[in-house]
Amino acid sequence: MTQRSRSHDAPPKKTDMAVMLPVKRKAHDPFRLKLTPWHGVFLALVCIFTTSYGYATTAPEVDSIRTVMLRWMPLLLEGFLFNILISILSMAVGTAVGTILGLAQISLMPPIRHSSWFVTQFFRNAPWLVLLFFAMYLLPFEFTIAGATIPFPDWIKAIIGLSLPVMANVSEIVRGAVLSLPSGQWEAAESLAYTRRQTLWLIILPQCVKRMLPPWMNLYSILTMATVLASIVGVSEVMTLAGRVLAAEDGRTDLLAPLYSFVLFLFFVYCYPIARWTVYLESKFAVKG
Amino acid sequence: MDIIYEWFRELYQTTGINLPFIYDSYDRGRLIDGFLTTVELSFICLFFSIVIGIIGAWLQGSSFTWTRRIVNGYIQLFRNTPPLVQLYFFYFAIGSMLPRVETDWGGQAPMLGSFAWAVISLSFFAGAFNVEIFRSGIEAVPKSTVEAAESLGFSRFQIYRDVTLPLAIRVVLPSLNNNLVNLVKTTTLAYAIAVPEMLYESAQIWSDNVNVPEMMIFLLIAYFVLVGILVWGMNRWERALKIPGFGS
Repeated sequence: MTQRSRSHDAPPKKTDMAVMLPVKRKAHDPFRLKLTPWHGVFLALVCIFTTSYGYATTAPEVDSIRTVMLRWMPLLLEGFLFNILISILSMAVGTAVGTILGLAQISLMPPIRHSSWFVTQFFRNAPWLVLLFFAMYLLPFEFTIAGATIPFPDWIKAIIGLSLPVMANVSEIVRGAVLSLPSGQWEAAESLAYTRRQTLWLIILPQCVKRMLPPWMNLYSILTMATVLASIVGVSEVMTLAGRVLAAEDGRTDLLAPLYSFVLFLFFVYCYPIARWTVYLESKFAVKG
Repeated sequence: MDIIYEWFRELYQTTGINLPFIYDSYDRGRLIDGFLTTVELSFICLFFSIVIGIIGAWLQGSSFTWTRRIVNGYIQLFRNTPPLVQLYFFYFAIGSMLPRVETDWGGQAPMLGSFAWAVISLSFFAGAFNVEIFRSGIEAVPKSTVEAAESLGFSRFQIYRDVTLPLAIRVVLPSLNNNLVNLVKTTTLAYAIAVPEMLYESAQIWSDNVNVPEMMIFLLIAYFVLVGILVWGMNRWERALKIPGFGS
């Protein structure tokens, strides 16, 4: 503890004439960590502005924007819960496969290493939407195993499609975390006669979890925001439902802004705390000195 | 060329691998248009997002609390909401509020088309990330350098333009690179508002020819190559800008 506080008090300075200081993490900026209700106020202002604009242009005989929004809010919230479900399941699948892929990337066997590197890069550099289309169109809509037909609905295909890029990104996170550990850890384990597998499971990976957590959470937040892509391929999540609400209200254009800002608001409320928490964890786990 | 076209036609007849965007002149034209639209969209968005990043980072260093708050609000808002919903919001919600203009043939058309809205929305989305990236670079420039410039009588703007930014750009290139790659991938979202980019045109082709697997594999390879070219170019730029003794 003393060491930690000491190194915190005196930032490392290699030379007095440093031309470039190391890039600071944003976590060190106290301004960013402060709760900024202004973000919420700003968002609320956008909502109010757009809603009141719509309200002003609404003819008296149709329902006011507020009534319409209240009427459909439960449905939209349900749709948003479905988004979260999709994101959690894709994250689970992507993390499981991605961890294996990431470990394959540090394999000692060149064929495994190279092929897993290629798979990772391929799926990392492909647009999420294209991968989603890929899963949507190329997976069958039902399986027939031993005479029994198992349906394979759209949303499961969406989960698979979204988990492909997650897999590739997790693979990179795992590889990066393992490589970021000092090589002394490997050497020390080797000198204690640990096998490679033991070293990996008992020494390297437990230390990696801490390092992987912030980027992993960041990825989860990105994935959550990507779940709306499923609306393009016809899964009934919040964006699709918003479109249906519009259709049910005879396509009133004054509803567009409140509806879309409500969806934006939902995602903001869900993702912003995650982002804040990630920043907090980053600063907590940051190696000082 | 005709031999190549014939070969692919032959390939389709013998193996069933249908690549109409090579042998069919109409589909070829569509796909080339789509590809060019993607490249154009990417470049315009790259440019504007970097401009937004540079201006935003400058405003974040402002001494007015409210300027900083507004910039921060912008960053957090755009970083924590789905880009697709942002795109819809811009295109449908704000687009429907704007006045309509008369077209040449007397009809009514929205003031800004889907391409323009895609540029605006995607630039703001990527710009929010770029502000953060540039800010981290600016923080990496030591205070003493800025003070030295101040003592030479540089104004705040001159310091930013001539001292801080050139140094910061060199520091942030790797993360900027990452974000720009992301931006190129995000241009596929423009599909949702019917911008005729590569994914959109491919979808048209596969619905006409029912050759989804071929088009999908082509798309994946095409984006892989596009991103590869961007990364290669950025790496060259990084090397060209490198000043011996700076950075790591």
